Amino acid sequence: MPSTYPEQYFPILLQVLLGVVVAAALVGLSFLVGKRVKNKVKDTPYECGVNPIGSAKERFSVKFYLVAMLFILFDIEAIFLYPWAVVYRDLKLFAFIEMFLFIILILSGFFYIWKKGVLDWQLEDEQTFQQKKQVLK
Amino acid sequence: MDARFIPEPVHLIRFAPELLLTVFATLIMVLDPLTKEGEKHRLGILALVGLLAAAWGAAVAAANPGTAFSDMLLVDGFATFFRYLSILVGVLTLACSFAYLKREQADSGEYYALLLFSIAGQCVMVSANELIMIFIGLEISSIASYVLAGYLRDDKRNNESALKYFLLGSFATAFLLYGIAWIYGITGSTNLAEIQRVLSNRDIAPSVNLIGASAALMFVGFAFKVSAAPFQVWAPDVYQGAPAPVSAFLSAGPKAAAFAIFLRVYITAFEPIADQWQAVLWASALATMIVGNFAALLQSNIKRLLAYSSIAHAGYVLVAVTTHSQIGTAAAMFYLAAYAFMNVGAFAVVTHFARQGERYVNIEDLAGLGQRQPVTAALLSIFLLSFIGVPLTAGFFGKFYIFKAALDANLVWLTVLGLLNSAVAAYYYLRIIVVMYFHEPSESVADLQSPAPGIQAVLWASAAATLILGVFPSWVLDFAGKAALK
Repeated sequence: MPSTYPEQYFPILLQVLLGVVVAAALVGLSFLVGKRVKNKVKDTPYECGVNPIGSAKERFSVKFYLVAMLFILFDIEAIFLYPWAVVYRDLKLFAFIEMFLFIILILSGFFYIWKKGVLDWQLEDEQTFQQKKQVLK
Repeated sequence: MDARFIPEPVHLIRFAPELLLTVFATLIMVLDPLTKEGEKHRLGILALVGLLAAAWGAAVAAANPGTAFSDMLLVDGFATFFRYLSILVGVLTLACSFAYLKREQADSGEYYALLLFSIAGQCVMVSANELIMIFIGLEISSIASYVLAGYLRDDKRNNESALKYFLLGSFATAFLLYGIAWIYGITGSTNLAEIQRVLSNRDIAPSVNLIGASAALMFVGFAFKVSAAPFQVWAPDVYQGAPAPVSAFLSAGPKAAAFAIFLRVYITAFEPIADQWQAVLWASALATMIVGNFAALLQSNIKRLLAYSSIAHAGYVLVAVTTHSQIGTAAAMFYLAAYAFMNVGAFAVVTHFARQGERYVNIEDLAGLGQRQPVTAALLSIFLLSFIGVPLTAGFFGKFYIFKAALDANLVWLTVLGLLNSAVAAYYYLRIIVVMYFHEPSESVADLQSPAPGIQAVLWASAAATLILGVFPSWVLDFAGKAALK
C-alpha cells in the first residue's frame, strides 16, 4: 500500500505522461509521414461534411439559448432521479416525499416558463416570417 | 442504508427560515404570470409577508439551537444574528422598491421572487457548518443578485452592472471552490469543526504551505464577496449601474452574509493557522480602507461614492476579522448591523432623489435639498454623520468597538492607520452635507416630490435604528457578544 504523497500520485503522473506521449506521437507522426495535400476542399471546416453556406457569425434567436438552458435544467432533474431510484427501497416513504417536493419545485418552474411564453414559438415565427417576406420582396 | 439520513422534525424547524423563504419565493414566481399588469405590487406585499414569516421562522429556529441534516447546518446565536440581519435588510429593500419599480414601470413578480431567493441563500450561508453548504448558499444568493443587478434589462447601465458582477463573481467563486477542494484534499473533511481539529494537530496535517495556499484561495473568494482590496474593483461599477434599491441591498445583505462566512471559516476552521493568515488580512484591511476612502474623495456620482464608502467600511470590518478574537467578532457583527441601517437609509435617499431613469445621481444635484426638503436632508445627514462615526450614532460605537478590539489584539499600527482613514472619510461625507445645505438650489430640486410612503418608512426606521444603536449600543452588542464565535 503506497503511503507517501509521491507514491500515491505516481500512477496519475504516469497517466499524464502517457497521454502526452500518445497525443504528441499522433500529431508528430502525421506531420512526419503524412502526405500534404492543399486544395479548397481541404481547407473547409468539415472536409467530408456539408458544404458551408455562409458565415457562422450570425445573430441567433435568443429562444435557442433559452431552450438550451431549459434542457440543462430538466436534464439535471432526470439525473437526480437515478440515485433516488437506487436508494428508494431503503428510504421508502421519506424518499417518496422528498422527490415529490423536488418535482413540485421543478414543475413550478416549468409552469412559470410555460405561462411566460418561452415554449411558444408559433406567434413570433409568424411575425418574423411575414417580415422576411417583406424584405425579400 | 441506515436511518441517519432521514432528518428529524427538529432539523426542519432549524431550517425554517430558508424553507419559508423558498416556499414564498416559488409561490410568487408561480403567481406572477397569473397576476395582471398593474397589480404586481400585490406580489411585493406577499414577499413582505414571506419575509416576516421567515423572521418568525428564524426566531423559532433560534429557540431550538443545534445542528441539522448530518451536521451540515448549525443554528447558533451567530447564525441567528445574521439571519435576522439578512431578513431585515430584505424588508427595508422591499419597502424602497415599491416606489422605485412603479416609477420605472418595471413592477413584476420576478423582482420579489429573486429578492427572497437571494435572502434564502444568505440564510443558508450564515447557518452553514461546512464548506459545501457555504458554497451552495453563496451561489443561491449570488445568482439571484446577479439578475437583480441587471433587473431593468433595457437600461445599459444595468446591463453593464450585471455582466461585470456576474463574470467577476463567478470567477471569484471558482477560486473559493478550488480552495475548498484543496482543504478537502488536505483534511479529508468539509466540516468546519473537523477541519479545525485536523489543522490544530500539526502531526496529521501534511504541509503548512498547502494549508496556507488553500486558505489563500478561499480568501480570494471571500474578499471578492465582501469587496476587500485587492478584489474590490467590481463594486463601484456594479453599485453605480444597478437599480438604487438593489445597490442598497447588495452593499448591506449579501455583504453581511459574506462576512459571516468569512468569520466562521477563518475563526473556527482556520483558527489553528491564524499566525499565517493574520498578516494577509492585516494588509488587505489596510489596503481596503485606503483604496475605499481615497477613491471616494474623487467621486462626483453619489452611488459611486457610496460604493467606495462601502469598500472602506468593509476595510474597518476586516480589521475586526484580523483580530480573530471573540470581542473582534462581536465588534464586526455590531458594525455590520449598524452599517446595514445607515447604508440602506442613504441609498433610500438616493432612490427617492434620483427620480425616473435615475437622472439625478450627482452630488451637485443635491444642492438646495436642505431648503427644499429639510426632513429628507436631515435624515440623510444622520446617515452621513454615522458613516463618519460621530458620537450618538451607530457608526461611532461600531468604529469604537472595532478599534478597541484591534488594540486588545495588539494591532496598534492598524488601529492608528484606520483612525487616520476615518478622518479622511469625514471630508467626502461632510461635502455632501455642505452641498445639501449651503449651495444654491439647483433646478434638480425644483420639481422634487415628497418621498413615497415606503421610502419614508425606510428613512425613519433606519434613522431611528442608527440613533438607537448610537445611544444604546448594548442592546445589539450584548446579543452579538453572546453569539460571537469563540
